[in-house]
Amino acid sequence: MNVHAIAAIYRFEMARTFRTLTQSIASPVLSTSLYFIVFGTAIGSRMGQIGGVSYGAFIIPGLIMLSLLNESISNASFGIYLPKWSGTIYELLSAPVSAIEAILGYVGAAATKSVLLGILILVTARFFVPYHIEHPFVMVGFLVLTAATFSLFGFIIGLWADDFQKLQVIPLMVVTPLTFLGGAFYSISMLPPLWQKIALFNPVVYLISGFRWSFYGVSDVSVGISLVATFGFLLACVAVVWWIFRTGWKLRS
Amino acid sequence: MHAEAAHAGPVVSIKGVGKTYKSGHTALKNIDLDIRRGEIFALLGPNGAGKTTLIGIICGIVRPTSGTVTADGFDVLTDFRRAREAIGLVPQELSTDAFETVWSSVSFSRGLFGKPRDNAHIEKVLRGLSLWDKKDAKIMTLSGGMKRRVLIAKALAHEPRILFLDEPTAGVDVELRHDMWEMVRALRETGVTVILTTHYIEEAEDMADRIGVINKGELILVEDKATLMRKLGKKQLTLTLQAPLEAIPEALADLPLTLADDRHCLTYTFDTQAEETGIAALLRRLNEQGIDFKDLKSEESSLEDIFVSLVHGARA
Ligand SMILES: Nc1ncnc2c1ncn2[C@@H]1O[C@H](COP(=O)(O)OP(=O)(O)OP(=O)(O)O)[C@@H](O)[C@H]1O
Ligand SMILES: [Mg+2]
Repeated sequence: MNVHAIAAIYRFEMARTFRTLTQSIASPVLSTSLYFIVFGTAIGSRMGQIGGVSYGAFIIPGLIMLSLLNESISNASFGIYLPKWSGTIYELLSAPVSAIEAILGYVGAAATKSVLLGILILVTARFFVPYHIEHPFVMVGFLVLTAATFSLFGFIIGLWADDFQKLQVIPLMVVTPLTFLGGAFYSISMLPPLWQKIALFNPVVYLISGFRWSFYGVSDVSVGISLVATFGFLLACVAVVWWIFRTGWKLRS
Repeated sequence: MHAEAAHAGPVVSIKGVGKTYKSGHTALKNIDLDIRRGEIFALLGPNGAGKTTLIGIICGIVRPTSGTVTADGFDVLTDFRRAREAIGLVPQELSTDAFETVWSSVSFSRGLFGKPRDNAHIEKVLRGLSLWDKKDAKIMTLSGGMKRRVLIAKALAHEPRILFLDEPTAGVDVELRHDMWEMVRALRETGVTVILTTHYIEEAEDMADRIGVINKGELILVEDKATLMRKLGKKQLTLTLQAPLEAIPEALADLPLTLADDRHCLTYTFDTQAEETGIAALLRRLNEQGIDFKDLKSEESSLEDIFVSLVHGARA
C-alpha cells in the first residue's frame, strides 16, 4: 500500500475544498435555510404531522440526503475530472499508485466533505425546527455509507466524462429527479397506490426512508431493506470501478 | 527480479515495443532500445515521430500494444510500483495545478511517489531550480519558464534514479536553458540517468552521451554521440573565387564539388574518416584549370546536418 500517496491525494483534495470554503459552507447553509423557510415554516405550518412528526422536522433527513447525494457526486466527479481536463493527470498515471489507492484518496476526500456537509445542515436545521435522533449510530452509519457510495458513483462519472456537459448530465437529469421523487418532501404512503409501487424502483427511496428511520423510527420501507439496498448500490459501484480499472482506467491511451 | 540483478543490466530496457492508438494510427513499430545506467540519452526525431509515446509507455501513461519494458530492472506493467518509483517525468505539456502553491504542489508529488515528507529535500530541489523565493506563489501567477521549473521540481521531488525530460527547453530562455543543462549534468554526477527529447539539435550535441533518432515510429539510429559525429561527420571546404565561374569545368567533374548559385563559391565535401582528404589534389587541379580563389574556409558538419540527412534518407 502506498500510504503516502493516499494521504497526498486526500490532503490535496481537502485543500481544494477548503480553498473554496465560502462556497462549500455558505451555499449549503443558504439553500437549506431557504428550504426550511419555504417548506418547513410557510408550507409546513399548513401541513399536519406525518407519522407523528411535524413537517419541518420530517423533511430534515430528506434535505440532508438531497445535499449529500449532489455534493458527493459533484465533489468526486470534479476531483478526478479536473486533472483529466487540465492534463495534470499524467502525474497520477506515472506514479506508483494502484487504482484502489487512488480511489481511497479521491473518494475518501469527497465522502469526508459530504459527511461534514451533512453535519453542517443538521446544525443549521436546529435554528429552524426542533428534532431528535432516535438511532444516532444508525444515522451516522447511513450518512457515511451514502457519502461513500455516491462519492464512488461520482468518481465513476468523472472517469467516464470527457467534457463538462457529461459531467453535469447525470447529476442533473438522473439524480436530482430521483431525489425529489424519492420522498425527501413527502412520505411514499401519500402517493396513489400505483405510484407507490413505481417508487420502489427508485433507489433513493430506500436511502431517505432508512435515514429518516434513524431520526424518528418511522419509515416507508423497512430499515433492513434500506440497508441492503444501499449496500447493493455500493457493491454495484465497486463492480463498475473494478471493470473500468481492468480496462485501463479509461485514462491511459 | 532482485535489486542485485537490477543494477547490473541496462537501466531501461525496451524490447519489441509497438503502439497502435485506438484511432488506428501506429505511433511506434517494434522498438528495441537499452538505456545505460548513468548516461544522458537524447531522443531526436521530427514532430509526430513517436518520442512522447515511447516515453509515455515507459512511464505508464500509454499502454503498449506489444513488447515489454523494464525500468531499473522492473517490468513497467507487472511490477509497476517499483518501476515507477525509480522514474521522474517532466512532460512536454505545461500542465500544472494552477491554484496550488509551488511548495504544496512539489510536496504533493513526493507523497504521490510514496516517499515520506522531507522538507529539506524539497527545499534543496526548489533552491536548485531558483524557485525558492516563489515557493508560496500560486502556480498560475508564474511565467511559462517558471512553470517548467515547477514541473522539473515535481519530477525530482521523490529522488528518481531515471529522469525523463520531454522537450524541457521548449519556450525557455537562454539563461534557464543553461541552468537546466547545469542541473542535468549535476544529476548525472549523482548517478541519475537522464533521457531527454529536444528539437534543438545543438543541445543533444552538447549534452548527450548517446543519441537515438526516431522517425515515423521507427528507431533508425542509436549511437554514441562521438562515434556518430565521426562516422557521419563530413567536412566542407569552401573556396571563394576570384572570378565567377559559369559552370564546373568538365575536367573537375569527378570531384565532389558544388558551385553556389552566385557562382562565386565552390564547395568541396570530404570525409573526415578517409585516409586522404584529397585537398592537395583539389588545389593542384584547380590551379591547372586556372581557377584562382581569394579565400578558403573549412567546416565540420553538425549533428543537425546528420539528422536532416538521416530523416530525409528515411523518407525517400
Ligand atoms: N492519444 C492519441 N491518440 C491517437 N493518436 C495519437 C495519440 N497521441 C499521439 N498520437 C499520434 O501518434 C504519433 C506520435 O505522437 P508523439 O506525441 O509520440 O510524437 P512526438 O515524437 O512526441 O512529436 P513532437 O515532437 O511533436 O512532440 C503522432 O502521429 C500523433 O498524432
Ligand atoms: Mg512529443
